[in-house]
Amino acid sequence: MSALRVLIDNLDFLISGFRLTLRLAVVSAVGALLLGTLIAAMRVSPVPALRTAGTAYVTLARNTPLTLMFAILVFGLPELGVPASFFVRAVLALTLYTAAFVAESVRSGINAVQAGQAEAARAIGMTFGQTLRLVVLPQAFRSVLPPLASVFIALIKNTSVAAGFGITEAVFRMGGVVRDAPTAVIPVFIGVAFGYIILVAIIAFFFRFLESRLAVAR
Amino acid sequence: MSSSVLYDVPGPKARRRQRIGSIIGGVVLAALLGLVLWRIISGGHFAPDKLEPFTRASIIQALADALVATVQAAAIAIVLALAWGALLAVGRLSDRAWIRIPAIVVIEFFRATPVLLLIFFLFFGFSSNFDDFGELIGLSNFGTLGPLVTALMLYNGSVLAEIFRAGINAVPRGQSEAAYSIGLRKTQVMRIVLIPQAVRIMLPAIVSQSVVALKDTALGFIIGYQELLRTGRRVYEVNNNIIATVIVVAIIYISMCVLLSQLATWLEGRQSRAYGRAAVEAAESAVTNQ
Repeated sequence: MSALRVLIDNLDFLISGFRLTLRLAVVSAVGALLLGTLIAAMRVSPVPALRTAGTAYVTLARNTPLTLMFAILVFGLPELGVPASFFVRAVLALTLYTAAFVAESVRSGINAVQAGQAEAARAIGMTFGQTLRLVVLPQAFRSVLPPLASVFIALIKNTSVAAGFGITEAVFRMGGVVRDAPTAVIPVFIGVAFGYIILVAIIAFFFRFLESRLAVAR
Repeated sequence: MSSSVLYDVPGPKARRRQRIGSIIGGVVLAALLGLVLWRIISGGHFAPDKLEPFTRASIIQALADALVATVQAAAIAIVLALAWGALLAVGRLSDRAWIRIPAIVVIEFFRATPVLLLIFFLFFGFSSNFDDFGELIGLSNFGTLGPLVTALMLYNGSVLAEIFRAGINAVPRGQSEAAYSIGLRKTQVMRIVLIPQAVRIMLPAIVSQSVVALKDTALGFIIGYQELLRTGRRVYEVNNNIIATVIVVAIIYISMCVLLSQLATWLEGRQSRAYGRAAVEAAESAVTNQ
């Protein structure tokens, strides 16, 4: 049972990796939610230039491999003279990538809000900004909770790509442990996988909770 | 332009405002883009000596080889994932709990596990096995290709299993009821009636998931598989032209993925007209957002 021993001995080491995973995910999630909502608003706005820019961004970011996004920001930013720590660059990569998926979800939610809602808002003289902010977006967010949950589940798993770029999060540490003790690969892998499964379950439950809290009887 | 419910059809004043908004928005975005471009150019990253390598035959050849390696990894991974996903879906849809429950556990486990974790597990734990197998089938790079495609197979197979299940469930009930009523057995109903229709319903979702698999082949970079990004790194380390190289690699990746995504969108429109939007979207909702 020495293989299991390796997992137990390294538990603290791996758990502190998960702490970094969580920090990456939370900061990127907030950034992606804000940027993604902004891009979604651009895509439905009456201003053609903003619509085009929003669509172009989503198309580009969704069709770029995340590893490439990391390479661009982690290796490229310093070359352009932008001073930022590894952590900040990793957060930027995750934020810019995830924002495109958030934007897509939010836009589908905006389109799903009944036309009468926006029409009523316009009828009482609200501008586009007011219609979106006060009437449409609050209802849209309620209906996009399930797709947003899957976007954020993808995000927490995607933080692992940072392991390839020198961020010592959970997968990076798992790699280190396993390299030193190759015979312990199975228990260590299962242990770290369970860490992710727990995080994914927490996000899923959180969103289900939000959904039930925000549910409106129609 | 189709009118949006979010704003009124613009009158003369609103049109002027929108034009001004367009100009301001355009200027702000152009300024952002211009800042990046200015940084790139003033830093000398687009100087002739940085771009010249991409006219050299040896480097074009290396990038072409890398493109082949990327497509090869993606193709192997997708084919394996389709097979593995079909197997899991059969288990998932079984009437027998002792087959169904293990299938659910496997599907949920691999869907919740990061692909890179799977890659590291296989790469660090079983590299000698992959090397030996590579020697057997005559692929010298199987030590890295193997863990990459196996991990992608396990992950995408689980996602595809859910897509298959959604696709089969999206076939109208009347189809299987009619099939049972003329005396077909469950396997016959599946094989003759449900699967042929389900395949068409879920075709767009399968192509969308292939885009995810294609993008994820870039993870091979991290374990040293000579795909586009890895080869790009070799190019820029020799020529000291990281920005130019990364842009070239990005253009190749993005064009591949956009083409495949466009195929998915086209299929989506086509199959939606034939089988109903709801059915196609039910299958697509299983596609992962990553």
